[in-house]
Amino acid sequence: MSTRDLAALALALVVGGCAGAGVTAGTTEGPNLGREATPAQVAGWDISVGPDGAGLPPGKGTPSAGALVYEQKCQACHGARGAGQPNDRLVGGQGTLASKAPVKTIGSYWPYATTVFDYVRRAMPYMQPQTLSNDEVYALTAYLLNLNGIIGDSDEMSAQTLPKVTMPNQSNFIVVYPPRAK
Amino acid sequence: MLASGLAAGGVRSAGAVEPPEIPPSMKIPGAGMGEYGSPAKYESKVTRTLIRSQPGTTGSGASRTPLESLEGTITPSGLHFERHHSGVPDIDPAQHRLLVHGMVKRPLVFGVDALLRYPMVSRIHFLECSGNSQLLYQPTPPNVTAGQTHGLVSCSEWTGVPLRVLLEEAGVDRSARWILAEGADAAAMSRSIPMAKAMDDAILALFQNGERLRPENGYPVRLFLPGWEGNMSVKWLRRLKVVSAPVMTKDETSRYTDLQGDGKSLMFTYPMEVKSVITRPSHGMTLPGPGLHQISGIAWSGNGTIKKVDVSTDGGRTWAAAPLVAPVLPRALTRFRLPWRWDGAAAVLKSRATDDTGAVQPERDRFVAEHGNNAIFHFNGIQAWSVAAGGEVKHVYA
Repeated sequence: MSTRDLAALALALVVGGCAGAGVTAGTTEGPNLGREATPAQVAGWDISVGPDGAGLPPGKGTPSAGALVYEQKCQACHGARGAGQPNDRLVGGQGTLASKAPVKTIGSYWPYATTVFDYVRRAMPYMQPQTLSNDEVYALTAYLLNLNGIIGDSDEMSAQTLPKVTMPNQSNFIVVYPPRAK
Repeated sequence: MLASGLAAGGVRSAGAVEPPEIPPSMKIPGAGMGEYGSPAKYESKVTRTLIRSQPGTTGSGASRTPLESLEGTITPSGLHFERHHSGVPDIDPAQHRLLVHGMVKRPLVFGVDALLRYPMVSRIHFLECSGNSQLLYQPTPPNVTAGQTHGLVSCSEWTGVPLRVLLEEAGVDRSARWILAEGADAAAMSRSIPMAKAMDDAILALFQNGERLRPENGYPVRLFLPGWEGNMSVKWLRRLKVVSAPVMTKDETSRYTDLQGDGKSLMFTYPMEVKSVITRPSHGMTLPGPGLHQISGIAWSGNGTIKKVDVSTDGGRTWAAAPLVAPVLPRALTRFRLPWRWDGAAAVLKSRATDDTGAVQPERDRFVAEHGNNAIFHFNGIQAWSVAAGGEVKHVYA
């Protein structure tokens, strides 16, 4: 391409018309270099789970199964039975949010149970993220919900049951986007 | 009280070569060229500050920009604040991929080399962690510097591809309203981004201040959402999933939500509100004596452009408009400076910013009365510094 051609393209972009050489002016068009992803590629990377349960994988787990995994892989950072120390406390704190010393835990604060699964699977254990099996993540989720008094001792968590769990603090979140017209 | 003129500086240090003596640097040739420059060795104390990590980790935490040591509006990349949720990953750009999928006609994979061929924009914007200034929620004034208090804000020139371009290439479903953005770090940091923001001014940033992103700022590619709380500008971006509703990730539900005094929490508080802070003089400095001093500070708003900064030296009884230093850009740090003739008596300095939406930075007392002491995030109350008769400058609630 000659320098004269470049100048012509630039001018066409400025005036918002169409130029030759395949350039569309008026919008910023890219060179279309994206390669189409296969379903297997997408499935391998898509680890997000929505509050309606979208994205939850097959598998299941109970609080008692979760207790065993927790003691091995979580307790060193989060304390016995989610009591916290040296890192975040996971259990208790209900009724403290309006006090001078609020305690934010899964039970007192988190608005969606699916988030526990999503977060544990993507980021925990801190030193070995994305190493837990789906059954282990379901079991840990069940254990933490049970310790917080949200599900029963023998309730099994799965793609079917987890999205049906309602978290106690959910109604205390005020969504401020999009902003209301004043 | 606020007068024009320049402060008389100049304290003679021991061993200084005063005229008419010739300084040693003029008597031998200097050092040679270097591949990548560094700050002067005499400035080695100007570093990121208050570096803190979660217990048991080295990379889950934050470091802050030393605002009190800087001037102008651009933050050196090496002093840009950090906030990581599981450390800084080591990512080879040749191996890195960005996946765009979900409610699109064609799910697409992009390599970094491909992204570098796309049309780019360059924009000067601040980036602020929503937890910035959180120490001012405390009932007593924090005994730390301006940077340690407010240094989770930095400002850079960001260059990259408008996100809209890639979304249009993938063909976004008309009923899609959100995009899940995910990083390639060990936290797989993820946030749901409103489609309106993605199609407006969101950038896939590849360059910061002219060079490729620093690792701690998302190398090789990060999302950048001008004016919005920093953690949404997901670093080390690897995945964009177009969806119909927010995914409700940990960081948008249990982390970056703002607990109010009544126990309710505000969710999706995206733009960073109008704010300012005087960086000089500020906590920890000592004015050398009465006379003319330069007051200098920064102001910014995630909702637009700074319109006005008022400065008070009497704790807010009277105010004077401070000149804004050009360029004054939307969603960017704006520098204000004005000379102050200090009479040597105790004084309280404050700055109060107003943006072009008409929003005015509130007094701290009013802000805390409205939001309580436990919100952690989105603090934008006025910062006060007391100046004692001896010249010592300290953080004060006034």
